[in-house]
Amino acid sequence: MARFEYYGKKGLPTVNLEELKGKLIVIEGTDGVGRSTHIGLLKQWLENNGHAVLDTGMTRSALAGEGLKSAKEGHTLGWLTMTLFYATDFADRLENEVIPSLRAGFIVLTDRYIFSQMARAIIRGADQEWIKKVFEFTLKPDLVIYLRVGIQDLITRVIQHSGFNYWESGMDLHLGEDMYESFVEYQTRLLREFDNMAGEYNFKVIETSPNIEEVFDQIKSSVEPLLEARRPRITTNPS
Amino acid sequence: MFNGLDPALYAHSPLTETAENRRVRLDHRTMTSTMKMYGKHRFHGKLFVVEGIDGSGKSTQVALLQKWLESEGYVTFFSEWNSSPLVREVTRRGKKKRMLTPMTFSLIHATDFADRTEHHIIPPLKSGALVLADRYIYTAFARDVARGVDPLWVRSLYQFAVKPTIGFYFKISLDEAMKRILGGRDAIKFYEAGMDLKITDDIEESFRIFQGRIIDEYEKMVSEFGLVVIDASLSIEEQQEQMRQIVSDALAGTKKTRIRKWLDLSTMVKKASRQ
Repeated sequence: MARFEYYGKKGLPTVNLEELKGKLIVIEGTDGVGRSTHIGLLKQWLENNGHAVLDTGMTRSALAGEGLKSAKEGHTLGWLTMTLFYATDFADRLENEVIPSLRAGFIVLTDRYIFSQMARAIIRGADQEWIKKVFEFTLKPDLVIYLRVGIQDLITRVIQHSGFNYWESGMDLHLGEDMYESFVEYQTRLLREFDNMAGEYNFKVIETSPNIEEVFDQIKSSVEPLLEARRPRITTNPS
Repeated sequence: MFNGLDPALYAHSPLTETAENRRVRLDHRTMTSTMKMYGKHRFHGKLFVVEGIDGSGKSTQVALLQKWLESEGYVTFFSEWNSSPLVREVTRRGKKKRMLTPMTFSLIHATDFADRTEHHIIPPLKSGALVLADRYIYTAFARDVARGVDPLWVRSLYQFAVKPTIGFYFKISLDEAMKRILGGRDAIKFYEAGMDLKITDDIEESFRIFQGRIIDEYEKMVSEFGLVVIDASLSIEEQQEQMRQIVSDALAGTKKTRIRKWLDLSTMVKKASRQ
């Protein structure tokens, strides 16, 4: 039996699931929660342990990345179009990066998956059942780690790092009188949607904290059960 | 209580404000639209779509229909497949470089259609215009399913689409369509021939097989979506006559807004003032 299945009954017409050998690990979380830091650490740790790793973000595909970027710079992009544009971009990545790597037996670490896109669409008015259907063609990951953060911590992090930007603040939704107000309201809603999805999609929820090592230890212990039993450690300098 | 007058609601420190205070403070301006699904939209305008394989003559027919409607004093708006300025370039490049799989082919066309729906279909319909669409969701259903995409999935993907007032299907045999296409254009395009499916290396043969599948899908949709079948082997005039009759029945009681005449008048005035 194939290791992987789709969220829906039918998935990608050109893919044979039987061929997929690797593992798919997703790190989800809202903007500025430290996803890329932990993906970097996880990749290093896995490689040190002898696993081949592909780390990939789920946007900026060869097909739609540029088009999506320029669409977001304009002012005519509606939420429905944006949602489907992201879905296209996602499908291109899935078919051209993730699946070939899984076929080759890699551990694929993805920075976000369908969940951010679903959450963004829902708070913009997408029907919940509809958006679930749209993403039914995607593979069920082996593990979805959700890095959870409270809104207050998030604000502090974002101010310290990059500041507020238009889309991360949901400015297209006119939720607040300025970017700060909008950011808080938008991200609060996003966090609520993630919490709603956590049960249904079996998220491994990890509360983030300023202590990176502490968080990473938790990530490691949730990844460990997925790994092949390791042979005794080989050292380069046997005594 | 009127939120705006309560000073406590303004005395918030950004980093310490309670969630409840915030909720109350912002409640009155949180406006989220709800998504309307196929068949649930209610507009003053009407939507007429034409469907059929390449060479069925549907574009000629819809152009003639538009001329007639305008001469009758209706405001019309024309929208065609693959025409979103935001998306078109991605599709074009994807086709040219042959990067599209059945799934991305399906999704990029849905994206294009979403942009058309948001900009070129819903706003004119709300304003009471008659929207004429050359190809609509049924094109996607036929092509994507012919490429192996799940029929139920692609139908749910397009659930945001406005249900047409009338969907015309221009029915033509594969042989007749091929005669028209091969006579007019010099090359069959890669994706139109379904060459991405690698059925055969012979492009004409592949086109025949792939378009044959598309016709099968259209045939199934006639009853599923209540498409109105026009025999595309009839003369152009006969087909147009039938269309006008059907459209005219559907328009009974629809207001004619003669904005067009005013526009024409204003250009005449401008021309006159330039002389």
